[in-house]
Amino acid sequence: MTQAENVSDTKYLFKRDETWWVKVAVPRTLREELGYDLRRSLHTHDLEQAREARWAVVEELRAEIEKARQEESEVSADKESKVVDIKAAPPETKKGLQRIDEHIVEIVSDSGEGAQKCGQSFGAISGKMGNGVWTVEIIPAEIQPPPRQPDGASGNRIRFGSKYMTNMGNEADLVVAFNEQVLYSRIANSAYKPGTIVLLENMWADDPFEAIREQYRVAVEQFREMGLIVHELPMQQECLKLVADPRKGKNMFVLGILCHIYSRDTEKALDEISRIFAKKGEAVIKPNHDLFNAGYDFARENVEYRFEVPPYEGAGDKPTVVVNGNTAVGLGVMASGMEMVAMYPITPATSASHYLASDYHLTGGFVHQAEDEIAAIGFAIGASYAGKTACTITSGPGVALKTEMIGLAIMAELPLVIVDVQRGSPSTGLPTKVEQGDLLSSVFGAPGDSPKIVIAAATITECFDFVIMARKLAEDFRTVVLLLTDANLATGVQPIDRPEVNEDWFSAPPDQSVWDKNIPPYDWDEKTGLSERPIPGMRGGEYVLTGLAHNRHAKIAYDSATNQEGADMRSRKLAVVAASLKPPEIHGAAEGDLLIVSWGSTMGAIQEAVDQAIAKGHEVSSVHLRFLSPLEPGLKKIFSAFKRVMTVEINYSDDPDAPLVTDENRRRAQLAQLLRGHTLMDIDCWSAVPGHPLQPGPIEKVIIARLEELKEEASCSA
Amino acid sequence: MFGLKGDWSLDVKERYFTIDNYCGAQPRWCTGCGDLGILTAIHRTCRDAQVLPEKTVAVSGIGCSSRLPHYMKTYGFHGLHGRALPIACGVKSRRPDLDIWVATGDGDCFSIGGCHWIHALRYNMDMTVLVFDNGIYGLTKKQTSPTTPLEFLTNTHPDGVQLPPLNPLTVTLGVNNISFVAQIVDWNVPLMNAVIKAAHDHKGTSFVRIIQRCPVYSEEFSKSIQDDPSRLLLLTHENGIQVDDAVKRMFQNTQEHDPSNIHEARMLAEDASLLPMGLLYHNPDAVRYDELSAVGLGMSVEEKMAGLNTALDHFAI
Repeated sequence: MTQAENVSDTKYLFKRDETWWVKVAVPRTLREELGYDLRRSLHTHDLEQAREARWAVVEELRAEIEKARQEESEVSADKESKVVDIKAAPPETKKGLQRIDEHIVEIVSDSGEGAQKCGQSFGAISGKMGNGVWTVEIIPAEIQPPPRQPDGASGNRIRFGSKYMTNMGNEADLVVAFNEQVLYSRIANSAYKPGTIVLLENMWADDPFEAIREQYRVAVEQFREMGLIVHELPMQQECLKLVADPRKGKNMFVLGILCHIYSRDTEKALDEISRIFAKKGEAVIKPNHDLFNAGYDFARENVEYRFEVPPYEGAGDKPTVVVNGNTAVGLGVMASGMEMVAMYPITPATSASHYLASDYHLTGGFVHQAEDEIAAIGFAIGASYAGKTACTITSGPGVALKTEMIGLAIMAELPLVIVDVQRGSPSTGLPTKVEQGDLLSSVFGAPGDSPKIVIAAATITECFDFVIMARKLAEDFRTVVLLLTDANLATGVQPIDRPEVNEDWFSAPPDQSVWDKNIPPYDWDEKTGLSERPIPGMRGGEYVLTGLAHNRHAKIAYDSATNQEGADMRSRKLAVVAASLKPPEIHGAAEGDLLIVSWGSTMGAIQEAVDQAIAKGHEVSSVHLRFLSPLEPGLKKIFSAFKRVMTVEINYSDDPDAPLVTDENRRRAQLAQLLRGHTLMDIDCWSAVPGHPLQPGPIEKVIIARLEELKEEASCSA
Repeated sequence: MFGLKGDWSLDVKERYFTIDNYCGAQPRWCTGCGDLGILTAIHRTCRDAQVLPEKTVAVSGIGCSSRLPHYMKTYGFHGLHGRALPIACGVKSRRPDLDIWVATGDGDCFSIGGCHWIHALRYNMDMTVLVFDNGIYGLTKKQTSPTTPLEFLTNTHPDGVQLPPLNPLTVTLGVNNISFVAQIVDWNVPLMNAVIKAAHDHKGTSFVRIIQRCPVYSEEFSKSIQDDPSRLLLLTHENGIQVDDAVKRMFQNTQEHDPSNIHEARMLAEDASLLPMGLLYHNPDAVRYDELSAVGLGMSVEEKMAGLNTALDHFAI
């Protein structure tokens, strides 16, 4: 089910003046001729009737599009060129370059065939050529799932173009697939559209097994029926001319094909190949160069698609690094001056620790792989107590296990940084997939009142910056800072401005001066709740930290006044944080019909959707929150300038039209719940748990649907 | 002269510590509780070693035994139930200059903290771990612990415990990379002092199981041993714990046991009829994780900045 369908079943439908219409999107290449979409009235006010009647109309409209496509390809062959199958004669002449602003390319294979390496290399080469790039890994749950399984798809999606990229975009424009089966799961994820070009390995057509030949034949037929433009290419056969086992090496052949199609600089590409195989030496680099060149030549002779994607303005002005969000977190840990990460393996957080395990020594740090999640945070807390503020990196289930320890650190007022790379669902859920389901448990999930600072990174750059900020906040406010990222940021790869290393990021060595014996270990400032902390080694500061209720002298105290005072002081610190924050910036106009509120990794996709809706004349804006506890100030004032305020999130909320769901009992998305309590305003929400990042296209549809509802409400009340 | 590094010697001479310098709050344990004697032995060991109070950290979990840090005038960390060891390991990980004591109990260490117990033994970080084993949960009032004897009546097993107790020594001696394993009873003060001193001197994790009296909830647990000294076996060896003849005479059974012999140690631990007293196993050469985790300590900010730039170079395009 796509995200848009979750709203309610109005697929292809929209309402104008009480009448239901059908709308079918027109592929990009035909928009000049047919417009953005084709619409036709169903002449009914009844949604049920419209649902029934729509399919026939959708078919008619699709037929129109198909007809236009055929005419288009006959009339102007240079607009929508076609690949000549290898079995047919090669083309006599080459067609010209087509200049495009952006494309989304996917490379999908079985696990272990190197599609990910191919995709990452293509992304890096595009980054080097000055394109904005966003790369997403397509990962199966298992390490080596059986071959030719739809859910075993492994590979990369690369969105690149002449602008800075902030998200994975909508449907792919071109796909290279090593077998036809893996495409099914991508189709189920709405990754493709009619018109998506598919370059498909054709060895399966001649497979010794009849069942496989049949699967292949049926799939190609189905794909074509769906509107995919399938070209069957003998990649295996071509690779066999160079290597005995194309399972190793076909990826570089494909990289060659892609580099020809997208006019990539071959020097840069060959350099990139040398770089990735540098450790393995010339004996491995050479055959991979040969495969790349073979792919490049093959494409020149046989594939007529040829695109040019110019660099974006401003690209190349600054030094750039290509990282994913988890690597950025790891680099942020190194830059923050924290010398200790204690962790336990958990997807999708672990790769941050993998990275640290290889490079942390460069800044004198150490990764401790603990025996379990609880021990990991306990170890970090011990290091923090001893004056070496530490970090633990985990995912939602790990945070759940750490909950008691988080409460201890808050109660004892120890600085500690926790990174939660969110994954999907409760329990083991969707380990490799994205969700923003940990917001409320992050803010509230501990016994008693346990105020902590919760921040969320919106971009890969912020994954780096926020770790540095988190360490400082943790120490300045003597508390726990929980940084939320997610699987989308963790696996999204992007060229970002190279951080300029700053001396101030690094922490000073622990204070070992003599402590004034007259100052108690919790010398709370009544106004701020803040106090200085003695660190082991400071003579005169000896105290016993305890998770029990305690007074200023860290002495166990169960009396009412002391317990109240401790709770007040811990909470007051958050009020100080809140007072130091600025109201969030509004993306778009400061007033209008609809305001989208968001947090975390969805910012890029939401802002793109908002921009598209604004371009179509809609009065919609968005605001993105980085601080979730405490919340950024001024929200009530910002919200008041809009007719409707709605959060868009990747977490669960009841569909308002679901059985038994009423406005009163509807379980809303997590930020919406937080904001309703915070502002006492009627904050609406749209959210879903699709297990993949939100995409601009579906969000735009949601925005427009809500705006139409608003209009309807206005006309009803009028 | 006090076993500290030369560069601290001047400071040490200026400061001389008496037992009072290590005594914190007035203990609130019950009259006759074995914990009191263990606390005194720790105070004495600190005094004899002239450890700096500000460089000493007593870490504990939750339970009667875990109140110990409050009764020390050093730094202390009264943590969470079962979690003393991970916290203590974390304290030590980047602060090799700190002297770490861990006070834990049979419930805290062997039950809720069982996983950490096994792994902390293997980490072998330099710290002295004392398990106050009274065979019962005291603070929460008489629930069965992993070492509660068979048929013992508890509030969670009012008809008597039906599972045989866990043997902490066989478990401990089954873990790879252990370096110091000893057992004592709290009522033999000279032996306890000698063992705790040896444990504190040892570089690595010193694990000491102390069979400890709880006069309120599990009197029988220790009384049966107190009343029948033939159940104890004193281990002697030139590389073991040295006690004088007066102490040896308290034991009906003694055995020469080389503490480097792990197979013999395991056999001694296995024999439930005879409780070995003293040092069962000692390996001063076991890998110490605190030496590994301290990597890069003392790197300057300039070096870190250069290191971060090198790291960023790996991703530059």
